[in-house]
Formats: sequence, structure tokens, C-alpha cells
Amino acid sequence: MRLLLAAVAALALAVSVKGKPADMNDAAIVSAEYPASLSAYGFFTGGADRPSPALLPYALRTPLFTDYAEKQRFLYMPAGAKFSVDGDGRLQFPVGSALIKSFGYHDASGKLNIIETRLLLHRAEGWVALPYVWNADGSDAVLKVGGARKPVDFTKPDGTKMSISYSVPNKNQCKQCHSTKDSVMPVGPVWQNLSFTNAKAQLAFEARGAAPAKLAALEAKWDDSKSGALEARALAYLRVNCGHCHKPTGSASNSGLFYDDHERNAAALGIGKRPVAAGRGSGNFDFVIEPGHPERSILIYRMKSTDPGIAMPELGRATAHDEGVALLEAWIKSLPVS
Amino acid sequence: MRMRDKGVYAIAAAMLAISGSAAFAKTIVVAPGDDAQTRLQEALISAAPGDVVELGAGRFKLTDGLSLDVPKVTVRGKGSGQTILDFTGQLGAGEGLLVTSDDVVLRDFAVENTKGDGIKSKGADRIVYYQIRVEWTGGPKETNGAYGIYPVESQDVLVDSVLVRGASDAGIYVGQSRNIVVRNSVALENVAGIEIENSYDADVHDNLATKNTGGILVFDLPNLLQMGGKNVRIFENVVVDNSTPNFAPKGNIVANVPTGTGVMVMANRNVHVFDNMLGQNGTTNVMVVGYRYPHQDPKYDPIARGVAIWGNQHDKAGWDPKFPGSQQIATALGGSLPPIFWDGAGGDEAKPVVSDPVPALSLGLTDLKASPENAQPVMLQNSTNLPQELPRIRLPESMEAAVR
Repeated sequence: MRLLLAAVAALALAVSVKGKPADMNDAAIVSAEYPASLSAYGFFTGGADRPSPALLPYALRTPLFTDYAEKQRFLYMPAGAKFSVDGDGRLQFPVGSALIKSFGYHDASGKLNIIETRLLLHRAEGWVALPYVWNADGSDAVLKVGGARKPVDFTKPDGTKMSISYSVPNKNQCKQCHSTKDSVMPVGPVWQNLSFTNAKAQLAFEARGAAPAKLAALEAKWDDSKSGALEARALAYLRVNCGHCHKPTGSASNSGLFYDDHERNAAALGIGKRPVAAGRGSGNFDFVIEPGHPERSILIYRMKSTDPGIAMPELGRATAHDEGVALLEAWIKSLPVS
Repeated sequence: MRMRDKGVYAIAAAMLAISGSAAFAKTIVVAPGDDAQTRLQEALISAAPGDVVELGAGRFKLTDGLSLDVPKVTVRGKGSGQTILDFTGQLGAGEGLLVTSDDVVLRDFAVENTKGDGIKSKGADRIVYYQIRVEWTGGPKETNGAYGIYPVESQDVLVDSVLVRGASDAGIYVGQSRNIVVRNSVALENVAGIEIENSYDADVHDNLATKNTGGILVFDLPNLLQMGGKNVRIFENVVVDNSTPNFAPKGNIVANVPTGTGVMVMANRNVHVFDNMLGQNGTTNVMVVGYRYPHQDPKYDPIARGVAIWGNQHDKAGWDPKFPGSQQIATALGGSLPPIFWDGAGGDEAKPVVSDPVPALSLGLTDLKASPENAQPVMLQNSTNLPQELPRIRLPESMEAAVR
């Protein structure tokens, strides 16, 4: 009965807010439902290019590669709520918070066309991950729990023109990467890896949480040689691009190959480690990483491939990340040959 | 008042019990046809515990991996010859179907031509695979996916009456799991027919493993979260004519399995091989070896221990052995290897107990670093001093009920 009352109350709240689309709908974030339209939350006032002033934009020094897509990240917390930062630098958000991430590509005229917006909603029972795909006219986005594919044309940083089948992940695939001990968890917001496009955004974001008293300095930025040594940048890249699955509590725990914060022994990083379940992902090579020999390292072979039976990471990889490959090749080349 | 409360609770409890079984469970029917990818994936996401996702007869043309993360769901087709999940046009994901929830039953459908693994279940306790076919329809090829049926990191696994053909690693592969039964199944033209790896407590029985590179493998590998594989019974299987040249991509451990291997035990403890029909395996019928590669894992034991072999029926074996140095050994022994051999890793204390009345050989390679070219073969004496039999694996009743 109490549950029913709560549901009715939530519904009443939802209805009462519906008349004011510019306002945030906190109830939609925490309700047990999956709203069919992105507009139900009030995160955007119209198109994807019009985020609500209640959203706090942020970026990452080293981001996850997703087929060269442009990403826009926002944090929403209900009025008065604050985040905290744990000992590893992971931001902890209260129930009622949402992480909002839009994916798109620039067209020939330079206009950014957003394809999809993914939500992580912090509900009482835990985080929920939902993918929304924008309508052709960009007025609203609809929930696609089963995922979607969209043809996309874009130009790589090196000028190569690409035509790919862009994959919007399904709800389970969201969890595949956002999984810790079988629960959905945020991946991106780590204090040492946060960045902001301007001081105003940084002030607004940091005002909503308690800065950690003592944490390591900012993590190396994968593509900025002034930010850290080659190894530090390579490990930052691996943590962000691989460590969400390749950790003892993640989707790739059975591989014994770990790139999260805690595993730093040679075999766990793949150095001199034979593959376990790589199949043809091995590329006929013996080791995940063979020091001094990127051309014989399975890690590089799989990063370069776009074949779904070989490619790593498994999702968002219709394209290889040439610049990421180059960074890791340089690192493996630099490792001492035993 | 108290009594009345109790009554309400009793009714609520009864309703809960019913809803937990069948009364409110629904069947979601999905037919092949346009947009099968989205319709089927949405059904797998919207299913509630207790539901059946029923796949119609015909060919589902799929472009991406499917996944199921809801517990207590049955995915059921119209038969492994009737309902086909066709991944020939797959563009993404590492497997055809991924299951990550507990108490799932998969039955009566086929998965064809996935780019990576066929069906993977990870951390999916009490998973049942029944009357499933996973096949790469072009036959053995290096470009086929690695594993056909691939439960990993799971407690209680049942693989029953499946057929797997063409896997470039193992047809049926159970990894880092506990309490496992693989039975009544056919593994045909895979590199490894059936493989139990880094797992505890498994019964592999009443299977046919034929025309693979190696029929049935029991392995333990280093640098994994679960190691020390143990307590595996291989019995009443037919393991014959495993003759397909090894087509695994190099680098994978099974790429080193010699063509013509019947049963192979590597670095496991307490493996009992009994009452099988073994024959027409060109390298040997039963091979017991240590893990002979360099590794840096102090927690790993590379020696096979507590292996016992009895009651097996042996047909011809060993006439065309396919591991380095094996031809010389065969020549020295008069042309062929005996149907049972042990590499000698670990020395006498690790020596397998063999009571089959056929020749058995030790290569005398006690040191794991020694190469087969340096073998010092001696015959292994038969023994009747068999270890105590391992207990039969019992699965939760819900799993056995699912296949009755």
C-alpha cells in the first residue's frame, strides 16, 4: 500500500511539473519508470544544444574513445545536494543525481549534430543507465532500450573521411561498461581526470561538492606530453579506455588483465601475459604486451582492428583510435626487452 | 487485530509465492523478420523474472550481440533446427548472446556464425543450456569465433544435449566456475571439443567428442582470479577420431594442443578419466601434462596431480603424434605412441594412476623447462591403487527440472 501511495504521489508530482517544461523534473530521475522521452526530465530546454541552466558541464582530461564522437557531459543534482570524493578520487553523487552525456559529430559546416544522449540516473535502488536517441528534427529524444544503429559520416583528425554504422548501445550494453560487482556505476567522474572548458564552469561545478583534502595531482592527460611521462599517459589512457571492464569487479574480470587503479603488476597489465580467451583476437601473437614490440603485441592488434570478433574495446569501435594506438605503441616500444 | 494482520500477511505471502512462480509470468513471443535485432533485444530487456521469451521458428538476422540481464528468464525456441539466430551480418559485440543474470534457461534454438563467441554467460549462476546448437556453418576455420558455449565465473552450470561445431578455440568451454555438468552433448570439428578450465567440481559424461583437434581438455592457467582447477570427472564419453588439424589462432593455449588428442589434462588436480570409449586419436587417447610455459605467478601450481585413469576402452591411438619431438619418441618405441602418456612433470609424487590394461608412457620430463626433444621415455606401471572416487555433481533441483 505504501508503495502504491508513493507511486501515486510521484505521478501527481510528475503531472504537476509537466506544465513547465523548462523546469527540472526531479521525480522522473528517481521514479521506478523509464520515461519514453528525454524531455520528461527537463534536462534540455528544446534541442540538445540547449542544456538547462541547472546542468553543470564538465569534461575529462583523458576521455573514453567512442568512434571519434564529440561528447558533452553534464552533472545534475537536486537543489541543495552535494557530491563527495572518495579516497580514489571517484565522485560520489547523492540519490536524485543524474549524469548526462550527449554524443554527436560535426557536419561539413562545423555544426554539431547530436545523435544520442545517455543518462545515468541515481535512484534509491542504485544507478540506472538509459540511452535516448534524438529525433530527426532535434526537438526531443526517445528511449531506445534495445539500442540503435545510425549511419554517420565524419572526418578524422588526420583528414580521412569516414562513413560508419554508429552504434547506440542498448540498456544492457550500458551496464556492461558501467558495471562494478554487477551494479551500474558511473565511470567518468574521477577528480584527478576532470577538466572544464572555462573557469566559470569549474567554479560552478566545484561549488557543488567538497573538494578532497589530499589527493594526487591531476592525472596525466593522454595527448599532452607536458602533462606527464609517456608511461603515465599510457596508463591513464588504459585506465579510462579499458579499466572500466578490465578490473577484478568488472565485465572482463575473467581475463586476468587489469587496467584499473589498483592493479599494477606486470602480468595484470598484460606484459608477458599469454591470452586466455582471446580467440582470433590473439592475431597469432603470444603476449598481450611484448616489451619493445608493439607490432607483436595483442593489445595493439586488437586496438587497431574493427572486426567485432577482435576489436577492443568491444563497443563504440567501428573506427580505430589512431592517436591512442600511437601512444600505446610508443609506450610498448619503450618498455625494456628482458 | 494481531490475528487479522497475520491473515493479511499470509495472503500477501501466498501472492508473492505465486508471482514468484508462474501465475503472473508472461510469455513474450518474438518472431523473425524486419528489425528482429531491436525487437528481440527489447524483449530480453523488458522481460521480468519468471517470464519466457519465446523465439518463433525461422531465421533471425542479427547485426549486434544480444544480451540478457534479468534473472529467472527462459529463452526458448522451436528447436535448434527451427529457430536460428543468424549472426552472419554481425557488426558489433564480442559474442552472439551474453547472459549476466542468474537462473536463466536457454533452450531449443541455434546460434550461427558469430564473429566472436557464440553464447557467453558470465557470473550467471544456475545457468542451463539445453538442446542448443552453436555452429560456424563453414566448418573449421581460423576466422571462426573462439568459444561456442561459454559459461564463466558461475556457480552451478548445466550444459545438456547441445551440439557445437567449428569453434576456433573450444566448442563447450567452462571457465573459472564451480559445480558443473556437461552431458549428452556433441562437440564436432572444434579445436577443443569440450574444455573445463580453472574450474572446481565438474562432471563431463555421456558426450561425443569427435573430429576435433582435441576431444576433452581439463586445463588450469596462471594469472587468473580463479586458479587451482580440481575435482573433474570425465566418464562414459565417446572420444574418437579427433583428427582435425589444429586451426586455432596462434598465441591461444589450445593452439598448442596436438592434433589427434583424445583427453588432455594440464596442471589440474584430481581428474578422474574412466569408463570412456577412446580411439582413433592419432597423437594419443589420454595425455597428462604440466603447464610448460614461463609464468610469474607465485600462486599458480603448474603440475597435474591426482590424475586417475581406469575402465576405459581403447581403440587404436598414437600412430601419428603431432607434438615437437613426438615422431622420434614414436620411432624409438616401434612406430607409435602408447594410448596413454604423461610428460613426467612433478616427478613420482604427481604420477597418474593408470589401471587401463594398455601401454602407458612417461616422457620423464620432470623439469617443466625441459623440452620434449629431451624425453627419457619409460613405461608407466599399471596400478590398481585407485584413489577414492570423487562424488557425483549434484545441481539444484530447479536446474534438473528445467530439462525434464
